[in-house]
Amino acid sequence: MDDPSATHAADPEAVLAGEKQIEGRSLTQIAWGRLRKDKIALTGAVFIIFLVLVAIFAPLIVKITGGDPNLYHADLVDPAIGPYGSFGGMSWEHPMGVEPITGRDIFSRVVYGARISLVIALLATLVSVVIGTTIGIVSGFFGGWVDAFLSRLMDMFLAFPLLVFAIALSGVFPDEAFGLSGAPLKLTLLVFVIGFFNWPYIGRIVRGQTISLRQREYVEAARSLGAKRPYILFTELLPNLMAPILVYATLIIPSNILFEAALSFLGVGVPPPTPTWGGMLTDAVVFYTLPHFMFWPGMAIFATVLAFNLFGDGLRDAFDPRSR
Amino acid sequence: MRTTRKRAAVAIIAAVVLGLTACGSDNSKGDSSDPQLDNKGVDSVVNPSDAKGGTLKMALGATWGDSFDPGNTYYGYSFNLARNYARTLVMFKTAPGQEGVELVPDMATDLGKSSDGARTWTYTIQKGLKYEDGKPITSKDIAYAVSRTFDTAELKNGPQFFVGLLNWPKGYKGPFKGPKDADISSAIETPDDYTIVFHLKQPLAEFDYVVYLPQTAPVPAAADTGAKYGIHPISSGPYMWQGDVDINRGGTLVRNPNWDASTDPNRKALPDQIDVKLGLQANDVDNQIIAGDQDVDIAGSGVQPAALPKVLQDKDLAARADNPNSGYLWMSQIIGTVKPLDNLECRKAVMYAMSPSSYVNAYGGKFAGGDIASTVLPPSIPGYKKSDIYGLVSHPDGQPDKAKEALKKCGQPNGFETTIGYRSSRDKEKAAAVAFQQSLGKVGIKLNVKPMADDTYTAENCGKPSYLVTHKVGLCVYGWAPDWQTGYGFLSGLVDSRKINPAGGNSNFSITIPEVDKLLDELAVEPDATKREEISTQIDQLVMENAYIYPGVYAKGVLLRGKDVTNVFINDALNGQYDYTAMGKKQ
Repeated sequence: MDDPSATHAADPEAVLAGEKQIEGRSLTQIAWGRLRKDKIALTGAVFIIFLVLVAIFAPLIVKITGGDPNLYHADLVDPAIGPYGSFGGMSWEHPMGVEPITGRDIFSRVVYGARISLVIALLATLVSVVIGTTIGIVSGFFGGWVDAFLSRLMDMFLAFPLLVFAIALSGVFPDEAFGLSGAPLKLTLLVFVIGFFNWPYIGRIVRGQTISLRQREYVEAARSLGAKRPYILFTELLPNLMAPILVYATLIIPSNILFEAALSFLGVGVPPPTPTWGGMLTDAVVFYTLPHFMFWPGMAIFATVLAFNLFGDGLRDAFDPRSR
Repeated sequence: MRTTRKRAAVAIIAAVVLGLTACGSDNSKGDSSDPQLDNKGVDSVVNPSDAKGGTLKMALGATWGDSFDPGNTYYGYSFNLARNYARTLVMFKTAPGQEGVELVPDMATDLGKSSDGARTWTYTIQKGLKYEDGKPITSKDIAYAVSRTFDTAELKNGPQFFVGLLNWPKGYKGPFKGPKDADISSAIETPDDYTIVFHLKQPLAEFDYVVYLPQTAPVPAAADTGAKYGIHPISSGPYMWQGDVDINRGGTLVRNPNWDASTDPNRKALPDQIDVKLGLQANDVDNQIIAGDQDVDIAGSGVQPAALPKVLQDKDLAARADNPNSGYLWMSQIIGTVKPLDNLECRKAVMYAMSPSSYVNAYGGKFAGGDIASTVLPPSIPGYKKSDIYGLVSHPDGQPDKAKEALKKCGQPNGFETTIGYRSSRDKEKAAAVAFQQSLGKVGIKLNVKPMADDTYTAENCGKPSYLVTHKVGLCVYGWAPDWQTGYGFLSGLVDSRKINPAGGNSNFSITIPEVDKLLDELAVEPDATKREEISTQIDQLVMENAYIYPGVYAKGVLLRGKDVTNVFINDALNGQYDYTAMGKKQ
């Protein structure tokens, strides 16, 4: 931020004039300032960016190390005892070791698994945000029986046994639909299920914010000028809701990642051989005496979830430090 | 807030350190020397003993598969345990290795006498046999026991040989839906209390092998509660259930005071008590047997992958380990009703493309998985003849070049796409399916891996012809054990095309070879055992030539003997399990 007094030091009138030039900062700018000072949140952000880059450049990264994530290396494992060498067969080519039985490179699989986790978490969050924001705004703004009805709808969705439904739907869904089949179809299904049932979380927050905002003076002013409702909703209210939406969206992402991992773990996620962190954990449980197999995908999930949580916390503090 | 952040940082560091130390403590080195498994139990009696006493502790890493009712069960381990409380007309000798595959009389005085071209079989039972409550056992009890298996709606789990083989009267509904004393003499006659005569619809030379089934164990008609009878089946053997037995938790077998040892030279009945504990976690069973808290893993298929490295690398554990052939074939069926696998060359492409060693590795390698299979009959079945027409043993990594040639011949030079199904609860089948995907992908055959629920696998999925075609399922991972240890006992349930059930439920998913059906009919009535072996070999070769079965693995398992068990041995007739009627406990 400028320090105008530096250029107009001695002149008292000039100082007063300079003070008038202090610009009001928007909420975003204030938040950004606070965020920059929050080292832990920045660490989380850096890790997230790192993860996104790893996911995007996965094919290039694995070219340098172990190669194809689905390639078997039967010569690196004893099928009864496990990978040869220590730490699960760690080496320059296989920095995280190899899987027992198949000998697949764990590093490559973790790197490719990042793609699945991020894609599903981000897309599912997007679905939740879009649905939740729309319903939340409508519910909060209109009030009355619309609000009552939509609130009960939110309660219903919150009470829904999500895991059970996801497992059941996954089982009965046809092999080909919407012109997709195999892994892309499963991905779409997962994004839909996770996203569609998580919207009440955003919905309730948006509704609460909308209710408090709709009483504000600028909304009254807009209405008195003859603004139609859609205009008010989208031009007056929505921008002011972006902050809480962004914060809470960032906080849902880790729970979506965990949820995808849980579904993969239970075997209803993306079909083999596509590597996913949860799927790797399922395979690893059988070989629990070889801890390296569980450690790496578990660590990946842990680090990612922690990073998003820390960043989301930092973001929330930055926008509203009173909400500790 | 600062404290939370600090805590987060500490948590991360702690997790990383813990994880790495856990990794570091595991140092599996690539040892070139093979582990020295004891293997004495495979064909000899370990710790032979006649000393009675003690409690034998048996555990299962699951709940009981079906039922304790000897007429309503089909699991190998269930047949094995039932011999303690259910005597049958004939039984397999309680002897180690191949000696155990011999049939000897149990309640009968001798093996069956056949007449009318093997359509009629007569057995005489011993006098003076009693139930656990002292009531006498007569031939009528055995006839009743067999007749109750007719009602497969009430007793769903058992094999259905008697239903199909015997000449039941028209309109017979079984003793649950009709009168208990209905006239069944067209199928089973009991001219007196100690004679029983079976009348078959078609001749069957190996009928003795059918009456070894626990379904010929006597059941008192008055005490029969149908599907609930398994809660306390009335014993005819050396042990009886103390109170009720529960399929989730198990029960206790105590000595049956009305069992007369002089009528039963086959059973030593050494322990005073047998504890049957169910519902444990599978890895926990292994750990308890290692520690000595349990004596026997009832499942009898070998230790879990987690305990395997321990057993193979620890001298003391390896000294009580056996590595028997279980008589199972872990195979996959290539479905000939799904295009383009209706073309023989396309099926051959699958046979060549798959890597036999990665199939074996999926099941645990050469100790826990077994040997590369190249025939349908495993080596323990009479009629097995060494043969390898696709070079599976000589080319353990697969033959992609030959596969590509075969693909050209069948008109799919760029490969094709199909689905492979497996039973979703079985990790090894999943690993096999993924191994198929990996190997076949190299020649352009793209496989979609599809898990299917265990309990509907044969009824609704792979066992249902229409399902396979609609969902383009070209491969089904499966396994097979013989119903009894002969070529007919192995093949008749697996490769007979007339058994394929349009409504689902049969184990033959698509194998249709008219020549094989004819040979099976010949096999059923052939009185000479050597000729039966020859016909079995022929059937095996035909199925292999037609590439309907990818043979996979001659199954083995790494079994651990209990610490203080006596008189323990593997009986080849019991699918590579320890003989549960012979074992005793060190005092």
